[in-house]
Amino acid sequence: MAGVFDIIGPVMTGPSSSHTAGAVRLGLAGRAIVGGTPTRARLGLHGSFAQTYRGHGTDLALVAGLLGMKPDDERVPVALDLAPGAGLEVAFELIDLGPEAHPNTVRMLLTARDGREVLVVGSSIGGGRIVVTRIDRFVVDFSGEYNAVILAYLDRPGVVAAVTSLIAADRVNIAAMRVSREARHSRALTIMELDQPIRPETMATLARVAGVDMALSVPPIALS
Amino acid sequence: MPYTNLAELASAAAARGLTIGAVVREGEAAETETPEPEINARMARNLEVMREAAARGLAGIRSRSGLTGTDAKKMAEAGPGVAGELLDTAIARALAVSEVNAAMGRIVAAPTAGSAGVLPAVILTVGERVGATDEQLIEALFTAGGVGQVIAAKATLAGAEGGCQAECGSAAAMAAAAAVQLAGGTPEQCVDAAAIALKGSLGLVCDPVAGLVEVPCIKRNGLSAAAALAAADMALAGIRSVIPADEVIVAMGEVGRALPASLRETSQGGLATTPTGKRLASRFLSSAPRTTDDK
Repeated sequence: MAGVFDIIGPVMTGPSSSHTAGAVRLGLAGRAIVGGTPTRARLGLHGSFAQTYRGHGTDLALVAGLLGMKPDDERVPVALDLAPGAGLEVAFELIDLGPEAHPNTVRMLLTARDGREVLVVGSSIGGGRIVVTRIDRFVVDFSGEYNAVILAYLDRPGVVAAVTSLIAADRVNIAAMRVSREARHSRALTIMELDQPIRPETMATLARVAGVDMALSVPPIALS
Repeated sequence: MPYTNLAELASAAAARGLTIGAVVREGEAAETETPEPEINARMARNLEVMREAAARGLAGIRSRSGLTGTDAKKMAEAGPGVAGELLDTAIARALAVSEVNAAMGRIVAAPTAGSAGVLPAVILTVGERVGATDEQLIEALFTAGGVGQVIAAKATLAGAEGGCQAECGSAAAMAAAAAVQLAGGTPEQCVDAAAIALKGSLGLVCDPVAGLVEVPCIKRNGLSAAAALAAADMALAGIRSVIPADEVIVAMGEVGRALPASLRETSQGGLATTPTGKRLASRFLSSAPRTTDDK
């Protein structure tokens, strides 16, 4: 059953929990995945996002999230004005991802501070809840409701075992885990949703596991 | 969770001499392993945001799109109409919070952003009338939350799934129960008020013009606040809902599923496809996106 604050709440910037609050959270997810405010963001709006973004401020909300604002931040309506000052250059496009894509979907091509480009696709699925469905070429299923660890590595035997035993040694419980890969023995991506936050020292150790080329710790993405 | 339906919730409260809100608060504390004072403080913040939004809207505010606005101010400044001062005040507040929502202001989704005006309007206005303390207003918000939890579990709160009856209808049911509690009614009367309010909005479609949360959403918030007050007064008079609240909720879910997709937040039917609705849609639906280069 939904908690009472899922009903009376969240506190949010209007006008729509799916098109505004959820969009802020998608921006926050993108920011978390590139590890800070990106320098460039090319944001493709699909479906209902593309149709109604103007009235709902979906574009402003996405940028607000990329800048690190929460859904109840009163600066959401001026996020686009604040972006240049934060070193973020934004471009929008209206896209069609086909009938299978959720109507409230955004495709974010983000450039990190270090020049790395990351593709993040996510949908706002109602009540401010989101799901990230793609990171680069990997199909993922990431809700942002838990502490999470995202790892990219060369797919070979032993990497997952090494990583999970490090996490277990930290007494952190894995609530959900999904491994995706481009092809056998190619690059793989694992997302683990955790019941407890992971310690920075453990993250540093994870990043040094042989074959790992990206290790990110993502805290729960604020609902308000 | 100590309750899965409203009948249980009301009898649990009555048996212990508590309000429904007190039982809901206790359940939330147990479920989330959080101390009750912390839970209470969190709801107090919601109450504060509701008050701020109502005040901001009454001062006069226009929506982001420019399609709507300042109706709350008009309502608040108008002379006595035909319905009476309390009703007019509640309607003005419901319009106010909804207008703040449309202006990308800060609101509390209750249960949704599109229906955020109903509950604050009803509890603030009834609270003034009965001289309620903040503590009592907070407890009334928990009562409303409990009603919403049961609706979410047995039916839906999403316009895309159940039409406006799921949003403004649910908000009216939640607000009616809260109003009865503030007026000193019994838990059973709270639940009857919720049932009566929800019955009044069965079948209400979600047909937003141009996909915006403005027309007819803002005025439907005002009307739903009025329905909540009417339902509360019927229940306080001792009128029972012949169909029990839990059965009304299930019926609402069924009606929602029976609604065609065109009337469930897709802007493909109802007011959205009237000649005026279509004209407004061509004006307000997106064309070229904004960018940082626009500046």
